[in-house]
Amino acid sequence: MGNNKIILYAAILAITVIAPFVFPAFGTQLATLWLMIIVALTWDMTGGQMGYNSLGNIFFYGTGMYVAAAVTIGMVYDVGEYTSAHGGGITSFTDQQYFTGMFVGILAAGVFCSVCAVVIGYLTFGLRGPYFAIGTLGVAIAAGELVSNWDWIGGGQGIALPVYPGDLDEGKVFFYFLFALTGVAVFLFCRWLYQTRFGAAINAIRDDEEKADAMGIHTLRYKLVTWSMAAFFVGIAGGISAFQLIHFEPLETAYQTINLGIFMVVCVLLGGKGTLWGPVIGASLFHVFKEVTWNYFLGWQWVALGALIVVTVVYFKDGVMGYLLHTKPEWFGVKIDQKASEETS
Amino acid sequence: MSDVIIDVQGVSKSFGGVKANTNVSMQVERGGITGLIGPNGSGKTTLFNSIVGYHPIDGGSIKFEGQEISKLPVQKIARLGLLRTFQQTRIYGAMNGVENMLISLPHRKMSLLDALKKNTREDYERADQLLEFVGLYEKRFLKSGDLSFGQQKLLEFAMALMNEPTCLLLDEPTAGINPTLINGLIDRLKRANEEFGITLFVIEHNMRVIMNLAESIYCLAHGEMLAQGTPDEIQNDQKVIDAYLGAH
Ligand SMILES: Nc1ncnc2c1ncn2[C@@H]1O[C@H](COP(=O)(O)OP(=O)(O)OP(=O)(O)O)[C@@H](O)[C@H]1O
Ligand SMILES: [Mg+2]
Repeated sequence: MGNNKIILYAAILAITVIAPFVFPAFGTQLATLWLMIIVALTWDMTGGQMGYNSLGNIFFYGTGMYVAAAVTIGMVYDVGEYTSAHGGGITSFTDQQYFTGMFVGILAAGVFCSVCAVVIGYLTFGLRGPYFAIGTLGVAIAAGELVSNWDWIGGGQGIALPVYPGDLDEGKVFFYFLFALTGVAVFLFCRWLYQTRFGAAINAIRDDEEKADAMGIHTLRYKLVTWSMAAFFVGIAGGISAFQLIHFEPLETAYQTINLGIFMVVCVLLGGKGTLWGPVIGASLFHVFKEVTWNYFLGWQWVALGALIVVTVVYFKDGVMGYLLHTKPEWFGVKIDQKASEETS
Repeated sequence: MSDVIIDVQGVSKSFGGVKANTNVSMQVERGGITGLIGPNGSGKTTLFNSIVGYHPIDGGSIKFEGQEISKLPVQKIARLGLLRTFQQTRIYGAMNGVENMLISLPHRKMSLLDALKKNTREDYERADQLLEFVGLYEKRFLKSGDLSFGQQKLLEFAMALMNEPTCLLLDEPTAGINPTLINGLIDRLKRANEEFGITLFVIEHNMRVIMNLAESIYCLAHGEMLAQGTPDEIQNDQKVIDAYLGAH
């Protein structure tokens, strides 16, 4: 790593740490920004790096929320009784029950989602291109419907988790740091993964899967592992969201296919598919754009968002990173010609 | 009979009404170089595709090292160490030469944990050596999609060697290669066979090349196995001469 890079990373880390204290009014928005970064980075693992555009990653978010909730509650109460009482008094958790439940619940959410990814992947990775996208979208929609009809975990009414046991602002900072920590972990994980042979192999799957097969690369295995890694982190993000939101319901919050489910894809396209920084930049730009339109163009916010999507997809396919890579290749240490000519001269 | 590595018995394959292979039987000897010739459209590539599991066959049996492989998918067969290059040449155009070589490391010999490691210095050295071997060392950092067709063929050959196959099927390795470089390529194919111990099975249109290269040659015509023999026998076989000169 060059000096500039170290300074860049240090600066970002410093901003990450002081942001919630400098802008306390924006605590929740900042936490959501990290959530967007997490879902964008993980979406790009399959979408950008491996060439499998899933529209169903939101499934892992929603499932993560429910698993975290069910595990946390289940450690103290009977989940069915808890949900049917729905605010009827049996919702007290000690601090210890709260934090242990949270830790175990969020971890369980990640693990459960990565197992789900293997199973769903086994059934859907035979599909290519738009068929895979629609197939995975179908899974997410179906899951939302199933959960809305499952009374044990609250049905269409949703489910309520205990409230953070400290003061409200402290809670905001706490959830901000949970998201930020996960986001940094995902980023470092991806950064490492893309430098391994495994990373090169999933790129090969994206560029020509038939050739990868013909060379004996374990294509199905790598696809399953990649998606299950992504699902692990999305499940964790969902678990954190469950505690942050306190109350959530299946269709609008957990399995929100047309909101977060689509936004994560737009973030990646905006920032640049198949790059490490693209999803981070895209998520940041998108989040700012979204907050501004929601605050200042209320009533037109969906129109503005739709316009952003159309403009990105039609005129800006390679995203910010793709644009920079074309116009400023030297920023990325691309010195194909110099290197080649140095060697030959 | 010496050691047979690929044993094809009575294989047929048709596409709709087109009988691309009819009751084809042939053997590839371990450690040698076997040739496959035949006029355009005689079913050579189809036979390759059948062997490597690229499409299901209509009937017959294909064995690799004694194991029936005719029902196995491409990846499983490749993981047994039976590899092919494509007539149309398939390399990763967006990657440079070195990256193409590294992606060709034998993943079948890797556990998931091995795959989750970075490439070692030895991997890079081997990539460079093999690129040097096919004469692409100077071009190794160029985007492979920008290489000429002939250079891409050479790269695909180097990639196949990187994969350390037991047996390699080459579909027209000299197509698009500058005639002045062909002798060099014949030499490299022979060295790959002798030094790396890779059994070669080669489709070739250039008669001079295949007569120089192979110890045993099969000739297909209209999807049927027409003749088999040493280069001399094939060159003087009236059926082969007819198939190439007239008839078609
Ligand atoms: N996928 C396919 N679908 C339909 N027909 C096919 C297919 N593949 C091959 N064929 C037909 O099978 C016959 C044999 O084709 P094949 O490619 O095996 O010939 P070949 O001997 O490799 O020819 P060439 O020397 O030109 O490469 C041809 O008539 C071809 O049109
Ligand atoms: Mg052919």
